[in-house]
Amino acid sequence: MNRIENTFTKLKEKGESALVGFVTAGDPDMRRSLDIVKTMCASGLDVLELGIPFSDPTADGPVIQRSSARSLEGGTRLSDVMDMTRSVRASTDIPIILFSYYNPILAYSPAFFYDEAVAAGADGVLVVDLPPEESDEMTGLWPGDKLSLIRLVAPTTPRERMDYIAQAATGFLYLVSKTGVTGSDGLDLAAIAANTAVLKSISSLPICVGFGISAPEDVAAIAAAADGVVIGSAFEKIIEDNLENPDLITIMGATVKGLKTATVR
Amino acid sequence: MNTLTTPMGEANLDGPNAFPDEMGHFGPYGGRYVGETLMPAIIDLEKAYASISPTPEFQEALQVLLHDYAGRPTPLFHARRLSAEAGGAAIILKREDLTHTGAHKINNTLGQGLLAHFTGKTKLIAETGAGQHGVATATTAALLGMECRIFMGKEDIRRQAPNVRRMELLGARVVPVSSGSGTLKDAMNEAMRFWVSAVQDTFYVIGSVAGPHPYPAMVRDFQKVIGIEARQQILDMQGSLPNALVACVGGGSNAMGLFYPFLEDDIQMIGVEAGGKGIATGKHAATITQGTVGVLHGSKSFVLQDSNGQIQEAHSISAGLDYPGVGPEHALLKETGRATYVTVTDDEALSAFKTLCLLEGIIPALESSHAVAYAMQEAARRSKDESIIVNLSGRGDKDLGILS
Repeated sequence: MNRIENTFTKLKEKGESALVGFVTAGDPDMRRSLDIVKTMCASGLDVLELGIPFSDPTADGPVIQRSSARSLEGGTRLSDVMDMTRSVRASTDIPIILFSYYNPILAYSPAFFYDEAVAAGADGVLVVDLPPEESDEMTGLWPGDKLSLIRLVAPTTPRERMDYIAQAATGFLYLVSKTGVTGSDGLDLAAIAANTAVLKSISSLPICVGFGISAPEDVAAIAAAADGVVIGSAFEKIIEDNLENPDLITIMGATVKGLKTATVR
Repeated sequence: MNTLTTPMGEANLDGPNAFPDEMGHFGPYGGRYVGETLMPAIIDLEKAYASISPTPEFQEALQVLLHDYAGRPTPLFHARRLSAEAGGAAIILKREDLTHTGAHKINNTLGQGLLAHFTGKTKLIAETGAGQHGVATATTAALLGMECRIFMGKEDIRRQAPNVRRMELLGARVVPVSSGSGTLKDAMNEAMRFWVSAVQDTFYVIGSVAGPHPYPAMVRDFQKVIGIEARQQILDMQGSLPNALVACVGGGSNAMGLFYPFLEDDIQMIGVEAGGKGIATGKHAATITQGTVGVLHGSKSFVLQDSNGQIQEAHSISAGLDYPGVGPEHALLKETGRATYVTVTDDEALSAFKTLCLLEGIIPALESSHAVAYAMQEAARRSKDESIIVNLSGRGDKDLGILS
């Protein structure tokens, strides 16, 4: 059993939903980013989504756009993200998902990306702008199947397309909570519950819900139905608001602990 | 099947209508690289375009608008004094600057606006660089009674102020975009982000032969009226086809519109990219001639990027060419060798701008001035019995602030 299956199986036994945390690698700089991520992992995070910064993040709202820009300003390259993954892996057993736009992977070469990611200890990859229609050009160059390909399902996705996406997915399915970019407001908890139920009826993969979730009460409500809740912009907002604060890492740890409590049903 | 083996795969060369394939690929380029929230919308758009655009109702409505409203057909004009100045082949201008709103962009916005109308969408959004596509979209929205929101980089708002005023007069809301370099690339990023949140009732009118499938093919089809007219007009004028076509290339819509109906003809096609302050300075927008293969704004093509796959900022004096990507069909034409791509610097474009003003009484857009500049060089290398059609894609009133 791989780390992703293992994690979701154990959580299910305990009656918990997974707390999935996204941060951009290298924000605000590589040293602090590594400290932040290690602290989050040690504070109860169940799955880590590590963002590879990109110059043109069209699926992201302003908070993650700025985090990506800060990281790139610090010179973060994909090879640095691989080094960071290796370092995080040395201190934790939780699944690590690399989150990226396609162009940095294309420039790195998809085959090399696979080898490096697997060697570094990553468990999966989510490529936000690579739909199933185009993804063979990436996975076709992968020399193995040790990396799960996490797929997105959106509120706009028609039922028959959900089937198509679910068939191509491995690891878990990522349900986008709303029609909008990351970090936008206006959660419709009833619609999320309904879409989660549909996905559960067509796939045996765990269902994680993300985009615009930050309040502990929303986390608790979504955790009641979904296998995981993804928090991204809310973590990045804390980083951005505490760039000069020496307590930043402590604050991130405490926030993870608080949110993790909300995922226990 | 006549195929070309490329580093990226096999490309089918069986005539212009062979591209794109049903997945939106132009050989190894094109495709659909967008987030899942938008995938159903662009699949619906592809189906709507395929089923509605060939209908007599749609075609008749579009033809009436192009003729009665946009002022088509536009003239083909033999620029004799310019030709004499260049010294060589006849330079013949396709006068897209004479369309309503002053650029070829209206051909496409009327087509997409009508499609939006036929599919029941009530709001239009668009990105704009020089403001010409923004003005054309705002014009179309006013004509069809739709709400309109235009995304424009703050640097472009500064350098193309007259067009901002025009869009506002036409009832559009101009949304300033300050991320990145504040130019066309960033405006397109923001338009895509907005579209994700408003995809149910909003039609995204992309202004170039870029973006995810079906946009590159659809925009080409709405712009090919330029080449269809020009081909007939030159036959009427001189009884033969021209020896070459020249058009500027930012995203590449005016060039694709002119080139496409001539693809099967034995004539040269030249796309002129913005060389900015000179290729050696790195401050340019020469995507095809200097870029590498990448994915930007939903399709695979040439892009200006660093070795880590981060998109670089382009530079051009002309806001409409200031874009680090290019339409995927141009990437294919470059790879197959069917078209060639060259560069013209800011200074060369400015010089051609002034020459055309003084010799022909035509004030061209800075974008189109790049094509004029190269056409003069090309004409000088050719004999007097040869001819070159230049797409004069827009008029230059909007640029007067930059020139003063």
